[in-house]
Formats: sequence, C-alpha cells, structure tokens
Amino acid sequence: MKKFLKLALISLMALSLVACSKEAPKETGTPETTPVAGECAVTVGLVTDIGGVDDKSFNQSAWEGVLQFQKDNNLADECVSYLQSAADADYVPNLSTFGDQGVDVVMAVGFLFEQAINEVAPNYPDTKFLFVDAVSPEANVMSAIYAAEQGSFLVGVAAGLKALETESNAVGFIGGMEGEIIGAFQAGFEQGVLAANPEATIYVDYVDSFADDSKAQNLAVKQYDAGVSVIYQSAGNAGNGVIKEAKQRGDVWVVGVDRDQYEDGMTAEGNSVILTSMIKRVDSATYKAAELAMNNEFVGGITTFDLTNEGIGAELTTGRNLSDEVIATVADYAAKIKAGEIVVTIDTLVANGQSNKTQQAK
Amino acid sequence: MDILISMIPATLLVAAPIIVAALGGMICERSGIVNIALEGIMLVGAFAGATACYFLESHAVLGPYAGWISLVIGIIAGILFSLLLAVSTINFKADHTIAGTAINLLSVGLSVYMCQIIFGQQRSQSFMTGLNKMKDVPIFGDLFANIYPTIFIALILVVASYYVVFKTGFGLRLRSCGENPQASASMGINVYKTRYMGVLLSGGFAGLAGAMMVLTNGVQFTATSIHGVGFIAIAAVIFGKWNPFGILGAGIFFGLSSAIGIYASMIPVLNLLPPEFFACIPYVLTIVALVLFSNKTVGPKAAGQIYDVGQR
Repeated sequence: MKKFLKLALISLMALSLVACSKEAPKETGTPETTPVAGECAVTVGLVTDIGGVDDKSFNQSAWEGVLQFQKDNNLADECVSYLQSAADADYVPNLSTFGDQGVDVVMAVGFLFEQAINEVAPNYPDTKFLFVDAVSPEANVMSAIYAAEQGSFLVGVAAGLKALETESNAVGFIGGMEGEIIGAFQAGFEQGVLAANPEATIYVDYVDSFADDSKAQNLAVKQYDAGVSVIYQSAGNAGNGVIKEAKQRGDVWVVGVDRDQYEDGMTAEGNSVILTSMIKRVDSATYKAAELAMNNEFVGGITTFDLTNEGIGAELTTGRNLSDEVIATVADYAAKIKAGEIVVTIDTLVANGQSNKTQQAK
Repeated sequence: MDILISMIPATLLVAAPIIVAALGGMICERSGIVNIALEGIMLVGAFAGATACYFLESHAVLGPYAGWISLVIGIIAGILFSLLLAVSTINFKADHTIAGTAINLLSVGLSVYMCQIIFGQQRSQSFMTGLNKMKDVPIFGDLFANIYPTIFIALILVVASYYVVFKTGFGLRLRSCGENPQASASMGINVYKTRYMGVLLSGGFAGLAGAMMVLTNGVQFTATSIHGVGFIAIAAVIFGKWNPFGILGAGIFFGLSSAIGIYASMIPVLNLLPPEFFACIPYVLTIVALVLFSNKTVGPKAAGQIYDVGQR
C-alpha cells in the first residue's frame, strides 16, 4: 500500500513538472499589448505600484487618464499599455521594459517609485518619464505635484458655510503628520474657511501617524465635543477613525481627502457623513503628460497641477450633502483662484492642538 | 473635570484591544510559546471581521447583529491563522521569534491579497456601522454613551482568563508546560496538546482583538488597521507581569497615556510638554519595567525555548 502511494505521489509530481513547463509565459514583465513605435502619434506605458489599474484609487485614476487620452486622439489600442508591479522590486524592471521598447512616455504612479525612477531615467535619456505625486531631479522626468492648498481652500469654503448653520460656528482639521505636505492642506483649508466665514473657530490637531485610526477617532471626539460641526481629515487611513465617529453622532460632517470618500461615509440610514471631498486628479497628470509628448512640448522638471489645469478640486456632485447655493459659491471661489484674484498660500495659521481663538487669547 | 470625563472613553477605546490581545499573548507564553505574531493574527482577525461585517450588514435578519457576528468570525480566523504558529513552533520546533516574524510578514500580504480578490481593491469596502457606542442602552443612561461595549468584553476576559490560568487544572498544566515542560511530561502531561491549546487560545484572543479594533476604530479594513497595537500588547504582557490583572492595568495605562496626549493642550502644566512625550510613554515604561524585572523571575521560565523531550 505504502509503495503504491509513493508511486502515485512521484507520478503526480512528475506530471506537475510537465504541466508547469507548458505554462504560459510569466505575466509580469510582459505588457498586455506591445506598443509599436512609429504607427502611433505617441506611445504611452504606465507602470502601476502594487495596486492594479482597478484599485479604485491612484492607479485606476492614472490609467483612466491614459485611456481618455487614447480615446480623444483616436489612438490604436497598441499605443497605450500598462505593467502591474507585483512587488517593490518590480519597479526598476518594469520601467526598464518600457524604456527598452522605445515607448515615448513612461509613467510611474506614486511616490514609491522615487528610487526606481532616479535609477532608470538616466539609462534612457530619450525617453520621457512622468512621475506622479513626487519630485525627481532627472532632466527627462516630468514631476507632477499637486497644489493641495487650492483644493483644500474650496472644501474649506464648503465647511465654513456649513458651520454657519450651527450656533458654535466651528470647524476642525485633523492631519496625519505635521509638516510641509499636510501643512499645505491645513493652510488652504484655514484660508477657505475664513474667506467664507470670518468668525469661524478652527481647531487643528495632528494624529502623528497616517495609520492610527483610534487616536484620530479620539481627536474627532474632542473636536466634535468642542462644538465642531465639520472636520476636514487629511490623515490617510487614520482618517477612517474620524468618519467612524461622525457616523456614531449622525449630525456632524467629515470632508474627505484625495479621492471621493462619499461611499466610505454611508450610514445604516442611507445617507453619508461625507460633506464633500478634496480630490487629486491623477488622471489629469497622465492625460496632460501624454498630450504634451504628442505635441512635442514635453519638458522635464516640476509641473504643478492645480485648479487651472483641473489637477485638483472639490467634489461638487449635486444632490448629495451640499446645497446648490454652496456649490455655486465654491465654484465662484474656484474661478477667483484661477483668475489669480485669490492667492492661496501654504502658511498655516493654527498650531497643533490649538484653535485660532485660543491662540489669539495668548 | 470635564476633560477628565471625556478622557475615559478615549482611554478605553485604545485599551480594549490591547488588553484582549495581551491576554492572548500571556496565555501563549504561559504555555511556553512566545507569540511575536500577535500583530499578524490581529490583522487577519481584523480583515475577517471587516469583511464579514460588510457582507452581513445588508442581511435582512442578521443585519442588526452584524458587528457581533463579525467578532466571532474574527475569533475563528485568528484561531485558524495561529495554527501556522502552533505547527511551526510545536511540531517543527522552529524558533518562536522567527516563526512569529514570518507570520507577521505573511499576514499583511495575505489580507491585502484577499481584499484584492474579494473587493477588487487593496482595502475592504467600507461597512456602514460596525460596532456602536452604548448610547442606546437605556439602563445606563448617558454614563456609557461614549463608550464602546468592547471594553466589557475585555473585562470579562480578564476575570475569565485569571480563573482559567490560576484556578483550574488546565491552567496548572498550562503553566507547568511554560515553566518546565520536561518535568510536566514526566508527570503525564501532554506538552504538545497543552501548548497547542495555549497557542490556539491566543490566536482566538488576538483575532477577537483585531476584529474589535477594526469594528470600533474605523470604517474599513486597511493594511494599517492594527498599526503596531499587537506589539504594544506584547509590551503589556511584560509590563503586566504575565498576570491578567496586571495586563488590565497596563492596557488602561497605555490607553491613558494616549488620551492624555490628546487632551494635554487643554490641561495646564501638561500643555508645556511636546505631544511626542506622551506618544513614547508606553515604550519607555516597558523598557523600564524590563530593567526592573530583569533580576526577578516573573515570566514563564521555559517561554521561548524549543521543547526537546530528551533534554534534562
């Protein structure tokens, strides 16, 4: 019996070896469609981080920008393609694959690519690279960064107007880590609130982490208890704690960040606690970079995506939690920022753990 | 005074999962296996809890109890996942620290991969409610309105695990395997079975703690849902001297230091200290506790040692 089992096992293993050898070539490293230079006005290769092009987040948005560009310019399917990275170690090989194929624009989505792009870009001086959401010093890399303060200004206007409906007239900001990056979110928000509602009290707290949702929730408890009616969270995953607390209360609001968080705020009653969201449009960056390359206008260096090129904005869908008047007011402010009448700075006003009222009292 | 009262819910929210996970870690170490994998098991428990909650909430009959059923699912997931630790350390005699670390690394990849399969994104879909605060419990009125019921689960488990570990025959056998497994075996105790019980129990506790965290703290599972609480729980085991009531104190203390960090800016004197000061209190005190305990034999003597039947 044992002998028979052994035999069966060995034959099974042998079979599996044969089966393996017949397997299709490895998926990673082989693009879905190989772009052929020459037939296309421009060829685009997008490298995702470990999220796929259907991650409902940055990668998906980036790929949608590419597809929109393809559609608008009637490019053939083989002109655009993407490579999904299975691990951090795939970044360099994937970027290089597109480089070797002579793709015109190679796009890397997310700051995780920082090392990889600095390593690969010098090897392909004739290839154009787009680096979304961070900065590379290489000459052939276009670094797309976002003017978060402008989008934050707009959601600040919406929050400030919402706070007017309450007696306490207060709004809150809960950020991830104190510093220049999130500071821009805070500064824009403060200016937006005060532009629409000069009397408002603004509370500011930092989680000191982008992960600690329990601390973020406790900070939200503190701010809501102090009379805050709208909290703008830019604390990454920790921001979930703010949304959870708002759901528990039911009569307060949260402003989402980076993407439309309306669905995350849905409660059992069928409405959402997300007042609006500050949105980074990654698709604008990929679209713009492809377009610039096609028109031979592509330049390396930093390109800022802001309201003027629709790289950033507030989520203003009608029929949600914003009234039509508020939407119109926000659109007004957006027009003023675009026209240069209002300049949004990145200088923060309120210190961590304080409000603009307690600071003045000091 | 108002500040003090608002600090209580903040403390308990942070403390509850630390206490439950630390109880699991304590039981595991009492059996002789060091459970470094608490963090990873919690993450898997959180993933299972959040996923179950998302799918159950829309169910007509089970919907209102979705949060509670999800806790049970979290326990089951934790037990199943901790089997990996049990098999590798007990049967295959792997080094406890290395096996635990491997499981921690595996947990992130596994849970995110499952999210990709189930939800098509690297986080779970958002559930609507999870667990609610006890504002609807009429007997207590406003007293507990800001408190999640999970802290009471933690309190019950503290008492229960004290009783089981120190007052029952099973507890005695469990502790003996952690002190001197060879002697236990000579007295007819099945060391393998007892240690399996210890590891699987801790898996259940950690899975419960993970599900509790995701259902009370956030609105969805993400790769950072546990954010190091599993390691703080290990610290709580040491700080609480491997005793359930010590762990209760340690958990509440760690929660309190987090709560003070939040309200410090409103309290005189404390507002002069930087916020980082409060964030580092748990870690500093754990190191202090380790130094203080280093001369005394407070922990299980054989914890972390690979069980060799022939060793004398």
